[in-house]
Amino acid sequence: MTQTIRYFLFILFAFFLNTGITVASEADSTSNESGHNTKFEAGKFVIEHVSDAYEWHIATFGETHISVPLPIILYSSNHGWNFFMSSRFHHGHEAYQNFRIQHDGEHEGKIVELDEKGEIIGLPIGLSITKTVAGIFVSVIVLLAIFLSIAKSAKQRANMAPKGLQNLFEPIILFIRDEVAKPAIGEKKFEKFMPFLLTAFFFILINNLLGLIPVFPFGSNVTGNIAVTLVLALFTFFITSINGNKHYWKEIYNPDVPWWLKFPIPLMPIVELSGVITKPFVLMVRLFANMLAGHMIVTVFVSLIFIFNSLMGAEAGLGVSVVSIAFSVFIVLLDVLVSFIQAYVFTLLSALYFGMATSEHH
Amino acid sequence: MGFVTPDYGTIFWMLIIFGIVLIILKKFAWGPILKALKDREKSISDALGSAEKARKEVAGLKASNDQIIAEARKEKDIILKEARDIKDKIVAEAKIQANAEAQKSIEYAKQQIESEKAAAINDIKKQVAELSVMIAEKVIKKQLENPKDQEKLVQDLLTDLKLK
Repeated sequence: MTQTIRYFLFILFAFFLNTGITVASEADSTSNESGHNTKFEAGKFVIEHVSDAYEWHIATFGETHISVPLPIILYSSNHGWNFFMSSRFHHGHEAYQNFRIQHDGEHEGKIVELDEKGEIIGLPIGLSITKTVAGIFVSVIVLLAIFLSIAKSAKQRANMAPKGLQNLFEPIILFIRDEVAKPAIGEKKFEKFMPFLLTAFFFILINNLLGLIPVFPFGSNVTGNIAVTLVLALFTFFITSINGNKHYWKEIYNPDVPWWLKFPIPLMPIVELSGVITKPFVLMVRLFANMLAGHMIVTVFVSLIFIFNSLMGAEAGLGVSVVSIAFSVFIVLLDVLVSFIQAYVFTLLSALYFGMATSEHH
Repeated sequence: MGFVTPDYGTIFWMLIIFGIVLIILKKFAWGPILKALKDREKSISDALGSAEKARKEVAGLKASNDQIIAEARKEKDIILKEARDIKDKIVAEAKIQANAEAQKSIEYAKQQIESEKAAAINDIKKQVAELSVMIAEKVIKKQLENPKDQEKLVQDLLTDLKLK
């Protein structure tokens, strides 16, 4: 089983390598570029590391950037659909086909559409495979490889003791079933929600953990991206709303409170409705903020080395690096714990919301 | 790209990918895995249940065996007791009978002895009488050899007769 996964990852890796890691040598760097080398901007460094990007940056040696280009997919009313690799932008330094990555101003970090004179005329609709989306693809491949193989061995070894990967993940699946879904939703209805709870738990867990591995094709800050957590929370919201029974909706629109709280100003319904929105919103923000903060702290500790290096010389940088690395290791280990906790909390709260939506009485 | 403004492109891809993954995993992973877990739990609890049942059955068999053995033992005791009683009875009866028999034969022997004794005594008496008569005859014969003595005897006899 593990061999299949290793094989999978190797193929994946080879695929990315073949599409061409662009090694761009910028010998003809301009004057403002060379100034960048001596001055270390910690804020920018940290932000760049945790934010989404149009290419997957791997390493920089001097002025040579090594990164994996990702597909750019754009639509604008003027130029129609555009598909090209992000390597055309030359790490964001050049414009390509009327498009450019904006580095400052209102649309910082976004792709803007230009007219013939090079003036910004607007933002195209961007459906690009960014670093985050590519990270989602990677984690989904890992997720599918793990659980399809477990399903296969579960079918083959029916009524036998679990083995290998199956043995590793079955206790977690059982934990989600017996300690999360059953108590939160109830013995009768929990089975309906199991696929979402398990998928959400393992999707979050695997993304959290892969995000901690700083080597390509992992390390993409997927669960620390608010769009990703927004979609996860939306799923919870829609599943809760669709499965909400009469009792659930009655409690929202016509709760058992004195009439003057409902008429003429529907005070309680407004409070209850805002609660319906707040619940998934909190899910979204909690996961996003936790994972983003974890990544940021690690990067901040690492960047401390360079701050001291540029402020007090190489010796200070070297001295601080010992402390920094120790702290970084500690934070990464803490993040491993946080990865599990956040995946668990998201799943548990989703299950609780499902339980509230389907419960028959108080 | 700002941190807190979600990028719609990422939302779009995430919706599609997560939706597809959810469907694939639901159909091909969670279904079989959860079913396998349920089946295994059921088979384990069934096996435990039947083991318990078998254990109870064995215990029941043992109890009934014990009962049978106890009953058999009781019956054996009863039979033995009866046999002993019968033996005692037979022995006692035999003793009584033997006693009676012995008594009877003793009685008979006694009777026999008595009658033999009586016969013997009678015989002896007869012989004694005959002997005494003979002796008396001889004595008388001797005493009455002279006529004087005869006279005297007659005289004595006559005096005796008179007296009477």
